[in-house]
Amino acid sequence: MSVSKQFGLRVGSRMRNLLAAVLAVGVVSICSAGAAQAQSAAPAPAPAPAAATNAAPGASERYAERLRALSLQLRCLVCQNQTLADSQAELATDLRREVEEQIEKGKTDDEIKAYLVARYGDFVLYKPPVQRNTVMLWFGPFALLLVGVAAWLLVQRRSRARRAEAPVTADDDRDRARKLLE
Amino acid sequence: MRALKFLIPLALFAGIAWFLLKGLDNDPRNIPSPLIDKPAPAVSLPRLDDPSQRWTTEQMRGQVWVLNVWGSWCAGCRVEHPLLEVFSRQGSVPIVGFAWKDDPKASKAWLDRLGDPYKINVMDRDGRAAIDWGVYGAPETFVIDKAGVVRDKHTGPLTRKAIDERLVPLIKKLQAQ
Repeated sequence: MSVSKQFGLRVGSRMRNLLAAVLAVGVVSICSAGAAQAQSAAPAPAPAPAAATNAAPGASERYAERLRALSLQLRCLVCQNQTLADSQAELATDLRREVEEQIEKGKTDDEIKAYLVARYGDFVLYKPPVQRNTVMLWFGPFALLLVGVAAWLLVQRRSRARRAEAPVTADDDRDRARKLLE
Repeated sequence: MRALKFLIPLALFAGIAWFLLKGLDNDPRNIPSPLIDKPAPAVSLPRLDDPSQRWTTEQMRGQVWVLNVWGSWCAGCRVEHPLLEVFSRQGSVPIVGFAWKDDPKASKAWLDRLGDPYKINVMDRDGRAAIDWGVYGAPETFVIDKAGVVRDKHTGPLTRKAIDERLVPLIKKLQAQ
């Protein structure tokens, strides 16, 4: 009897661990997706009219801030794993200049991004937009997670059913051991 | 049932392996250009031989032509240059040379030394026109049709295969239209 209890206990704790791990993965991925979403949802600072802000003190700093924020979301196409903000490539310098000029002209962040996407494609965006050809990219991991959870539940249920059908008792174990020893 | 137990992981493995193998052949530098099937960006640039004269995209309308982005600083351009010479000698289409962020003196010296496969060369010293064309790494080669629509883009040095199997058939097809 004590053997079976121990066995049951061990399975129980393993199950709990697994469940906790799956939950943790789920929560983490949902949180990070949420964070990414929140970041993109943040309203773009209102474009200041160029003429007025040119004279205003601190205007250049505001531009610099926006330029920095924007170029962190844009990919340098030469060194593809760097943002436009980090890259020292000549093209990145040119593109930063272009972005800066458009900020000065009073373009919104979305307009500037659209300008670059029209020339370089979605690849220029560090965060790909949700659209038909990126559905897999955005939701594939969650689908896989669901498949994994479903498979795990199925296996659990089946093994529980099997255990219910043929409950392992200490007597059974003792019989098996005796047979093996004979 | 027992066979299924082996087949499912095997199928999963095969699927993942296929994806990874396919990924090996993907050139991360080959980014599909959003300009394909769009009108060629209108730019106006000074000519290399005579900077007082300007060349515009519009001037090329009515013929199939090729735009080749290069620079004397660009190693890949040096690699593709002999092929470009051969391609140019076939004389099927005018090749416009787009000297990207290059010193005109260096551009000219380069052409004098290696030969000039271009019908005309234009200068984009500050790289603004290049941004309009979505240029991100020389050499790049665009094919533009008679109506002024970009039909193909090759990124990186041209190869004999790319010229024979991609550019030439496309150019022939476009010229027949």
